[in-house]
Amino acid sequence: MKQMVELTVNGEKKRIYVRPAATLLNTLREELGLTGAKPGCENGDCGACTINFDGRPMKSCLTLSIEAVDHQVTTIEGLIDTPIQQAFVKQFAFQCGYCTSGFIMNCHALAELYPNANEYQIKDWLQSNICRCTGYEEIEAAITEVLKNKAIEDTPS
Amino acid sequence: MIGKSVPRKEGNNKVTGAAKYTNDFSVAGLLHAKLLTSPHAHATIKSIDVREAKKCPGVRAIVTGVDYPILTGSAIEDRPILALEKVRYFGEPIAVVVADTEYEAQNACTFIKVEYEILPVVNTVEEALEGKHPLVHEEFKNYTQVKELRPDPTRNVSNHVTVRKGNINEGRTLSDITVEIDVSFPQSDHAAMETRSVRAEILPSGEVYLHSSSQAPFTIKQSIGKYFNINENKVIVHTPLVGGAFGGKAAIQLELIAYAASKAVGGKLVTLTNTREDDMVSSPVHIGMSANVKLGATNQGELIMAEIKFLFDSGAYVDEASDITTTAALNCTGPYKINHVWCDSYCVYTNHPYSTSFRGYGHSELGFAIERAMEILANKLKIDPMELRIKNAIKPGDTTPSQAPLTKGNIGNTAKCLERVKELINWEEGQVVPISDRIIKAKGISSLWKTSMSPTNASTGAIITFNKDGTMNLNVGVVEMGQGTKTTLTQLLAESMKVDESKIHVKMEVDTQTSPRHWKTVASTATFMAGNAVLEAAEDAKRQLKNNAAYALRCKPEELEVGEARVYLKSNPKSNVNVKDVAHGYKYENGNAVGSLVIGHGSFMMNHLTKKDPQTGKGVPGPAWTVGAQAVEVEFDTKTFFYKITKAVTVLDVGKVINPKGARGQVTGAMCMGLSWASREGFTFDENGIVLNNQFRTYKTIRYNENPKYIVEFLETPQSDGPYGARGLGEHGVIGMPAALANSLSAAAGVPINQLPIVPESIWRQKRGGVYDINKF
Amino acid sequence: MISINFEYHRPHSISEALEMFGELHAKGKEPIFYNGGTEIITMMRIHSLYTEARAVIDIKTIPECTYTGFQGDRLVIGSSIPLAQLQEMPEFPLLGKTCSRIADHTSREKITIGGNICGTIKYKEAVLPLLLTDCDLVIAGDNGINEIPIQQVFDKHMLLAPGSFVVQVLVKKQFLDLPYVSKKMTRIDRIGYPLLTVSALKTGEQARFAFSGLCDFPFRSNSVEDALNNQDWSVQERITNAISQLPAPLLGDAEGSAAYREFVLRNVLEESIAELKGG
Ligand SMILES: Cc1cc2nc3c(=O)[nH]c(=O)nc-3n(C[C@H](O)[C@H](O)[C@H](O)COP(=O)(O)OP(=O)(O)OC[C@H]3O[C@@H](n4cnc5c(N)ncnc54)[C@H](O)[C@@H]3O)c2cc1C
Ligand code: FES
Ligand code: FES
Repeated sequence: MKQMVELTVNGEKKRIYVRPAATLLNTLREELGLTGAKPGCENGDCGACTINFDGRPMKSCLTLSIEAVDHQVTTIEGLIDTPIQQAFVKQFAFQCGYCTSGFIMNCHALAELYPNANEYQIKDWLQSNICRCTGYEEIEAAITEVLKNKAIEDTPS
Repeated sequence: MIGKSVPRKEGNNKVTGAAKYTNDFSVAGLLHAKLLTSPHAHATIKSIDVREAKKCPGVRAIVTGVDYPILTGSAIEDRPILALEKVRYFGEPIAVVVADTEYEAQNACTFIKVEYEILPVVNTVEEALEGKHPLVHEEFKNYTQVKELRPDPTRNVSNHVTVRKGNINEGRTLSDITVEIDVSFPQSDHAAMETRSVRAEILPSGEVYLHSSSQAPFTIKQSIGKYFNINENKVIVHTPLVGGAFGGKAAIQLELIAYAASKAVGGKLVTLTNTREDDMVSSPVHIGMSANVKLGATNQGELIMAEIKFLFDSGAYVDEASDITTTAALNCTGPYKINHVWCDSYCVYTNHPYSTSFRGYGHSELGFAIERAMEILANKLKIDPMELRIKNAIKPGDTTPSQAPLTKGNIGNTAKCLERVKELINWEEGQVVPISDRIIKAKGISSLWKTSMSPTNASTGAIITFNKDGTMNLNVGVVEMGQGTKTTLTQLLAESMKVDESKIHVKMEVDTQTSPRHWKTVASTATFMAGNAVLEAAEDAKRQLKNNAAYALRCKPEELEVGEARVYLKSNPKSNVNVKDVAHGYKYENGNAVGSLVIGHGSFMMNHLTKKDPQTGKGVPGPAWTVGAQAVEVEFDTKTFFYKITKAVTVLDVGKVINPKGARGQVTGAMCMGLSWASREGFTFDENGIVLNNQFRTYKTIRYNENPKYIVEFLETPQSDGPYGARGLGEHGVIGMPAALANSLSAAAGVPINQLPIVPESIWRQKRGGVYDINKF
Repeated sequence: MISINFEYHRPHSISEALEMFGELHAKGKEPIFYNGGTEIITMMRIHSLYTEARAVIDIKTIPECTYTGFQGDRLVIGSSIPLAQLQEMPEFPLLGKTCSRIADHTSREKITIGGNICGTIKYKEAVLPLLLTDCDLVIAGDNGINEIPIQQVFDKHMLLAPGSFVVQVLVKKQFLDLPYVSKKMTRIDRIGYPLLTVSALKTGEQARFAFSGLCDFPFRSNSVEDALNNQDWSVQERITNAISQLPAPLLGDAEGSAAYREFVLRNVLEESIAELKGG
């Protein structure tokens, strides 16, 4: 019933046995020990399980692991000292931290793909995640700071 | 260190995915448990057939109610671990399947056949009070009461609390004017992002190990001991980081099921994690309420009397609801001086999910009722609602509804908070200001207060040990669930020891075997209680350091002081010794060692609390009252009744701000939760008591950018016995938000809005003069 | 976590997909086509749909299904294109706007247009622009690959023969940049199922309207359109008449009561008519 697949996660190729019915969220957490992506609803509603899939944000609870074959998966564990992680700490953009990986992965993709994102796009993207602890003020500060710095960096001098 | 925005100690782990929560654990051989829950709100269980399910692949055991015919509950033992004979709410756990994998357990659940006989549903508190049959608990009289309750089992009442202050008849006579209103809101959910999760293992030695995402690890220990007849000292509970709790994780539920599940497989390690659907309805929820408030005042706006009736929807089991009923009664007036107060507060059974504590613990609920009444009183008196509140704000020298004396040391300055809110929301501009032909801007305000009702002897402790390099380890029994207490406590210790907070390693996990017992991480009491314990432990450590240093510096300990990682002579700080050289005794150059290893310990116990009088409610329910004032500004479309919450203000008298950015975050987070609850949250029950919105898809919470702009300020009227004067602040931001929102929208729409949640449809119904009941359609 | 076990197949061509379906069907595996998978995963998890399926056929690697671009005078949209991509596609702004309000952005990275219109959810909001533009659907099945006008295969939901699937959506260029409105109203704020969604397109003097959330299926109705376009009536009269022509009673559910839906519908139609007139 389980099937051998080769997944590319955080740049590493992993050969593992998975059930075709296993979601990527299940596999990351249980087979690969990458528990940064969290189950908050397993229904696509909360965003706590967000990862990057070929650089785009994706809810890993809405994806079968086997669908990830031939694609690049990045999890929070694959981000090291990125501007958005630093900004989250600096801006106090989390409390319990349970929504944090998902928010960061979504923000990270946004900053990488659309450094010039306008307010509407930021809202459109970030409304995919729920944070129950903060009032979102600090998260807004964090993403705004990162995009602002990114825009400055990207402007040719 | 005090007053510095220290980033949370576990921050880097949380932004890298390294922070571990209860369910972030797997090991070969770990067994998985899944719940089968009831599809009905009220039904007799005629039979449960598990034969097919047992044959499913991977299944190791199935436990049902009859295997553990025990009743549990913190106030009254009314709740079976798994449904026994009947189910009393939609989502009630009926059976637990243990299997090799989660999916096999889940799969087997679908093969369990349960035969039900459907019973009529008690679907509202009003129906319940009519004594609608069958009662939710026919066997009530046989239950064991743990706390003092005044039940009326024939009317589904588990507790009736009365407050009698002054003379209500005199109050009625003295009042020139009275107003009366009915308010209500359905039950809702805490909806912490981490669903409840627990892991249990029973060792051959008889030791029981539990890991639980809980606010009350020490209570779990007690409960497992009590219900399963095990010596409590054999029960060891670990609580790692918790992914949000908001009161919902103080109840003991899954722990009991997980123990039973592990027992059924010979004590093997079993994990049980709620699905979101189960977490929303099978596990306990935020209480619902219907209330009637009458306020009497003089023509000049002096409050004279309050007559209040609260009907709390405890759902199918009491859990904390009876205490919430009590707290709401004892503080029923909000922060206003009223001499004649009658309150009847009822805790009522229905066939709804069962209710437990929620951020604010009765105060948000009572606040909504009283603050809506204040607004209507102001309108009737034609007095500015702000002025009415300021005029009647409670002060030292007054007494609470339970006749607790208020002093400078135990209550902050409500009037001052209101005055500040008045400026911050630009009240002078007017409560309703048109901004276009369709859109109007409207404001609503609310005062708030909160005390923390704890057992009269709630206690806590702190232990400080030293590393070789002189840095400290701090161990307390407080759970870190996002409120940042561990960082705050670190700051208190750093302040006391006069070192940088980076020199302190605070243990995040609670381990009941090694962490000092802490009552429960609830009621915003952690900073107050544990903070005092930490300061005492710091003093203890300093005393020991001085003793050791006295050998080194050849002086008396009393001549010494500790600071900046040194112990020095007060008279000559240049004569000093490093803490690291005296923390583990002192070694003379010749190798001789003297003194002793330094272990600082401190403890704190709530004191001066008294039990309430059963007739009048008289008593001191909590150590202090935090007060504050709040405001909301909305932009309201008079055509569509859609609205946007544009601004929200909180001014809170917190005694002392220890971590400004952290404190602001606690308050804005709570404000957001209060607004989310008031504007969109609440269970929708169909006529059979089935919850229609048990997923985030349909149970909406505020999302990014739907939040208002926040304005938060703190007053610092010190609490005399708080650590550096600090009071708790974790819950308070919630309390006034529902009333402030309802007040703003009532002003905007020109109709009274007394029901939550306030979706545009509710305003539309009120405008049409229709009967409002969001629970029915 | 899905407790049902199934096989996963990934065909690389239409014919391979059809063949696979036949074989798996013959083996009694009750195969289903798998696109974004969001409905399949979430419904299987709660055991509410697809509980018999023992094989899924992922059509996302079939080149035709992921193609977008112009062919002749038609815009081709592969059925596996995720809604998030459509949202950013400038060629068909009405579709982009409508899709931009389905679910949330991250979910839209996964939900496909084919899955949305072929799924069981009663809203299927992405179908509204397709109904308005008289698009053709490329459907592959036992009878080969055929272009079929959407009106022929969509009535409340897709009417597909077992074993056939939607490969592409073909939209005539002439419809792409007509004036349009697309409005989604929810119980509160942006994210959530619709109380109602209205998409409308102005074709000459006439306007076309399609609705989701009003009844328990999405629809476009001639009699509703006739009423809304009747220039002899005032706007209010047109709306009242249109409401009397709805193909089914107004929905009353947890998102909102039927009477409230009517109230919201009136406001939205009024605004839409005004905007189309201006546009
Ligand atoms: C968080 C969230 C919020 C949502 N909110 C909304 C909303 O507001 N409005 C709304 O309309 N929907 C909403 N949905 C539902 C969503 O629309 C469905 O889950 C989605 O449309 C299914 O698309 P999919 O590509 O994932 O399809 P799949 O899950 O792959 O398939 C769904 C069904 O369609 C069939 N199918 C798929 N593609 C084809 C094809 N090309 N030919 C034939 N049959 C096919 C499948 O066999 C299956 O039966 C929401 C979903 C989520 C997760
Ligand atoms: S767990 Fe995936 S969206 Fe909630
Ligand atoms: S920090 Fe707790 S949910 Fe966002």
